[in-house]
Amino acid sequence: MSGDDLGAVASLQDPVRRVVYDYVASRGREVGRNEAAEAVGVQRTLAAFHLDKLVEAGLLESGFKRLTDRSGPGSGRPAKVYRRAPGEWQVSVPARDYRTPARVLAEVVELLGADEQAEHAARRAGTRLAAPGEDLGEVLRRRGYEPYEEDGRLRLRNCPFRLLAEEHPLMVCSMNLALCQGLLAGLGDGVTTARLDPRPGECCVSFSAENP
Amino acid sequence: MTMHLAQLNVAHMRVPKDSPELADFVAALDPVNQLSDAAPGFVWRLKGGDGPQDTVEHDYGDHMLINFSVWESRDTLWDFVYRSAHLGVLQRRREWFLRMAEPYTVMWWIPEGHTPTLGEGMDRLELLKAHGPTPRAFTFKDFYDSSEAAWRPAAAEVRK
Repeated sequence: MSGDDLGAVASLQDPVRRVVYDYVASRGREVGRNEAAEAVGVQRTLAAFHLDKLVEAGLLESGFKRLTDRSGPGSGRPAKVYRRAPGEWQVSVPARDYRTPARVLAEVVELLGADEQAEHAARRAGTRLAAPGEDLGEVLRRRGYEPYEEDGRLRLRNCPFRLLAEEHPLMVCSMNLALCQGLLAGLGDGVTTARLDPRPGECCVSFSAENP
Repeated sequence: MTMHLAQLNVAHMRVPKDSPELADFVAALDPVNQLSDAAPGFVWRLKGGDGPQDTVEHDYGDHMLINFSVWESRDTLWDFVYRSAHLGVLQRRREWFLRMAEPYTVMWWIPEGHTPTLGEGMDRLELLKAHGPTPRAFTFKDFYDSSEAAWRPAAAEVRK
């Protein structure tokens, strides 16, 4: 854990700032100051203050973009927009480092060609992550997947294993799918199916009640 | 100068391409090729012929399947390989291809507009096998950015 991580996470302690952050993160696209202010119910200047603090802390990125279709003279200057920064912050007190052993073990699994066993283990782990009857969306939210609904499917905005998935995408995405399937089994949900449904910038799995 | 990313990938089929064991793979060729050709950042792909299921012909051994393409950036290639329907095909690779003990995929930067040859690509793969990842031949896991030093032959020599 670095001091920066602690600082970044601590900056979310302010309740208004937290709501502003959650709103931008939940959109999965660029958000303007007006939109953020209206969505969380605060004055535009206060929203702008928190948005800029979040950029300072490294949790959001900012840019400029025309929010209307008009362009050229008279269309006004581009508005400042915000979106979630791609990095990740992890705080553990006292310091613990689970990433390094995860990377080492992932490399070993790859060297051994033990992907299948990894998938089986992930499926078993998944069943233990959820209790029968729990709400699927709630379980996924708790695990950091950031679920949202689209066209009758439950899609996942965040990959909780991103660092590892960047290094070992095939293995980690397969494990993730198995984990999600195990999770459904743990919930006792025999109707919903999890399938591989990758999209740029999102998790590789989506859920639906239809047959795959 | 704008640089593009070339990627070569080789795979050893478990059985000849027309075997029933490979039918699902062969059936996936056309849809996956269409997906790649329409993907954001796609620049070029070495085609084996005009048929939808033609694969690249070569003299590098029987049962070897070659994929060779050029992309605008690391991210566009990454998104096609791991963040599209291509991922599902990749996950079934063990059904169709042998496990490879040595590197089987390599990438390197080329100037925009340059169309690489298959020989060039195989040379890069050999470079990767011989020296590990370098700016001249690297992988997603050990990636090098496109700087002039990365592709200029003179500068590359100095790095050795």
